[in-house]
Amino acid sequence: MRVLSCSDADMYEQCSVSPFAIGFSTVASPPRRKDSIKVMHPPTSNTTTFNWAFFWLCSLLLSSLVWFITVQISNKDSSSQQKGLLIFGVVLSVLLQETFRFGYYKLLKKANEGLLMLSSEETMPISIQQLAYVSGLGFGFMSGAFSVVNILADSVGPGTIGIHGDSQHYFLSSAFMTMAIILLHMFWGVVFFDACEKQLWWSLAVVVSSHLLVSCLTFQNPQYVGSLVPTYIIMFLMGLWAFVCAGGSLRNLKFCLTCKDKDFLLAHHRPR
Amino acid sequence: FISDCYFHCISLLTLAPVYYVNSNSVAQKIYVEVNNTVPCVRLLNATHQIGCQSSISGDTGVIHVLESEADLEWPLTKGPNPPYMILLESHLFTRSIMMKIKKESSRIAGVTVVVPNTSPSEFSPHTTCPNENTGVYSDTYGPHLAHCNTTVWNPLGNGLSYEEFDFPVFSLKEDKQAEAIKQCYYDHNRVVNGSAPQYPLCAMQLFSHMFAVTDTATCMRRNDVINFSINPEMVCDPLGDFNVWGSIRPYNRSQLGHRDNESVVMAAARLDSRAFFWDVSTGAEGSISGFVTLLAAAHALRDVTQVAPPTHNILFAFFQGEAFDYIGSSRMVYDMQNGKFVIDLDNVHSLLEIGQVGLRNGSDLFLHSDPVSRMNDTVNDQVREHERYRCSLIHRHHSSATGANFSLVEPGVSQPLPPSSLQRFLRAQNIPGIVLADHRAAFNNKYYESYYDNADNLNLRYPPNMTAEEQLEFLTDTAMALTEVATVVARALYKQAGGDGTQVDNIKADSKTVTQMLFGFLVQANNSWFQALIPPELKDMLSLLLLIPPDFYVGVASSSPAKAKPLTRLVQFLLANLTGTATNLTQDQCQKPDDLPDESVQMYSYLWVQGTVPHNGTEKGPFCVRASVRLSQALSPAFDLGEYASRNYSTWTESRWKFIKARIFLVASRDLEMLTLGVGVAVLFSSLLVTYFISTKADVLFSSAREPASAAY
Repeated sequence: MRVLSCSDADMYEQCSVSPFAIGFSTVASPPRRKDSIKVMHPPTSNTTTFNWAFFWLCSLLLSSLVWFITVQISNKDSSSQQKGLLIFGVVLSVLLQETFRFGYYKLLKKANEGLLMLSSEETMPISIQQLAYVSGLGFGFMSGAFSVVNILADSVGPGTIGIHGDSQHYFLSSAFMTMAIILLHMFWGVVFFDACEKQLWWSLAVVVSSHLLVSCLTFQNPQYVGSLVPTYIIMFLMGLWAFVCAGGSLRNLKFCLTCKDKDFLLAHHRPR
Repeated sequence: FISDCYFHCISLLTLAPVYYVNSNSVAQKIYVEVNNTVPCVRLLNATHQIGCQSSISGDTGVIHVLESEADLEWPLTKGPNPPYMILLESHLFTRSIMMKIKKESSRIAGVTVVVPNTSPSEFSPHTTCPNENTGVYSDTYGPHLAHCNTTVWNPLGNGLSYEEFDFPVFSLKEDKQAEAIKQCYYDHNRVVNGSAPQYPLCAMQLFSHMFAVTDTATCMRRNDVINFSINPEMVCDPLGDFNVWGSIRPYNRSQLGHRDNESVVMAAARLDSRAFFWDVSTGAEGSISGFVTLLAAAHALRDVTQVAPPTHNILFAFFQGEAFDYIGSSRMVYDMQNGKFVIDLDNVHSLLEIGQVGLRNGSDLFLHSDPVSRMNDTVNDQVREHERYRCSLIHRHHSSATGANFSLVEPGVSQPLPPSSLQRFLRAQNIPGIVLADHRAAFNNKYYESYYDNADNLNLRYPPNMTAEEQLEFLTDTAMALTEVATVVARALYKQAGGDGTQVDNIKADSKTVTQMLFGFLVQANNSWFQALIPPELKDMLSLLLLIPPDFYVGVASSSPAKAKPLTRLVQFLLANLTGTATNLTQDQCQKPDDLPDESVQMYSYLWVQGTVPHNGTEKGPFCVRASVRLSQALSPAFDLGEYASRNYSTWTESRWKFIKARIFLVASRDLEMLTLGVGVAVLFSSLLVTYFISTKADVLFSSAREPASAAY
């Protein structure tokens, strides 16, 4: 006889955590590359991360609402129309995200000037590059969380994808894609803020268009090679660009790698 | 991937409460739910637990379709990917295969049986000697007859229903779903030339976790303990239901116990049956043939007992739960012994039981009686009198058989009684009794207590291209044969009760009633005739609860008669309509008849039924039936007495469970899983290292941007 009590059935399904889930989550979320271990004095950095995450969430909510409304209005049976709507939704979301990023940049600039006026220090407590990096990170973190959580939840269980003919490598590809997106958001953040600072509008256009390109590449799935390889190429290129924008150069890299950094610092009278 | 993200985002943000339902598009890519499966559940009694069990988070196994008994070697020994989920065709669902699987159960996750629409040649999962420990024959009473020493009643029985399996066993109908599962096996799991199949493999997961363990005493004890905790959750429930009984002359239900100068002729039949799998028992020959005959006989006696009432009263009893150590009859005997029933055992004149009478095949019917009580040669008037009654009973059966084209034969005197409710009465008191059956020794029924004991077993055939209503009215051969038996039974009961001999030839069972009952119970319960017999509030009961195939498993006991099983209630209404009278009472009067001078709720029961719509379209409408038909509880006395380890009474209980389901999916190889884990950990550590490197050298790395950085913004 059945028990009519209130525990949910899904709890039992997810008792068997597969190694997939663990591996998948560690691939998808690498820790912060820069400045993660050093304690940052100004409180703005930590809050910035979460503020930006919230801003990203807002942009996504807005674009989701638009997409949802258009889907309700549209003809649900026509698959080409639905596909078209999806593409429209993706493009709209990318544009909205970049708009929100720009808006947030303006907000941060104003806030920083205000802080500078109030405080007694001469220089800004936090450099704009650091702000850019932290914003990009918050953005990437939230985007990654949204991408990964659902898939992670369903990967906990005895089965894997494939009974309807889909590729087996769905989880792994999702994980790598998420990693690339998170890193890309960080790089885009740095380049974007730098471009805004220096009024380099063409850089801005490149950032937006590369974001669009990466998002549209995902329509290649399930040909995972077709979407992952170009995304990683773009990621490396953006990474180099962000490195240069943030002040890195080949010379500095060589100094670090050959352990001549101490001499460099002494020569320039810089504290570590 | 991003498009998936948008879908998830929308569902998260806008449909958060139904998150679990909507956001599983990934889950839909992984799992395929298998619907319409029937599990085997765990039952417990005083000493054992039987049935099947799965682990609490389901049992997963790689599917293997068994082609022959020799093929068992692969999943049991040779296969490299244990555990396996074996898919069996029903002709391979035999004792030898199941026992072999049971022995190697560490490599077996479960078994699924695909049940075809046609029956195999024979199959009975029951034991060879049904109810051998709770019958009348024991070491003290007829020991040479006990435990089927002389006659094996069910020789085809393989006893699978009484085995314990620690893996789940499910059954599937042979339909598109089963085909899809087999196709999944052929695509992914096929063994080619003895080499192992490649991953990913097709696997199945079965959930049927049962809460109760060990035996009834343990689980009832745990029930009591749990009742004191904050979250009371029972682990098992006793089996039981309600018996239906009715009589020619009514009894005042407030007067219980012995009635002076009252001698009642009892006629009995059983209602329930069982199968290996839960809730799919039909019992066409095992029980339906018997109680339909008795209902028809009761109907045949209605008119003549009004005109020329017999000396003794006649009481019709329909017992529930007889498959499980005589739950219903032991309860009635217990109630009679303790003065909780309207009559006493001393008031019982004799008992005629209708056993399995459907597979007569034009030949004779047999009158089984208990040889031990007949051999009792104590020179005692009462015993002599009982013997005289017994002989007269047989004599009467013989005489009423003339005119029918079969005869009533007695099997050998040394043969014991077949498993029957009469045995419980004999255990309490020496009552003359006869069991009417179509088998001389072993059962004619090749599918005793199995899923295949259905309409086909009784050769219930309808001409093709008939609508349901036409089939309802069609007189099948089976119905004609049972009508003859019902006529004989009715006449014998009338004469046994001392009725007027001249009226006997007027007693004839109605074949239309019989064929309608057979159609309703074996083919489709939701028909116009049954609908007419039940009250309006139970209209949906027929369509929802008596599914195709209709199920007659006794189920767990409920406390109130309103919650009795649909079959029991249907028999109650049938008996009421067939033996009672229609009255002119309105619906309000029917609910409270005591206000009227001639009516009494103590003597009769008043039922408001829907009524028929005759063919000419004028609706007869609902009316009030007055009948002396009642329900009496059929719960084993062991539960009232608290003797959960009793050897005298039935102690059967059914375990509780949370949910039962099945699903199929692909499983990846362990290597791929470990690779994924390794890659993840490697990425984790390498990024930690890179981060540390960059953060310690950040001043150097990003120095070229710092030089103009002092400019104010």
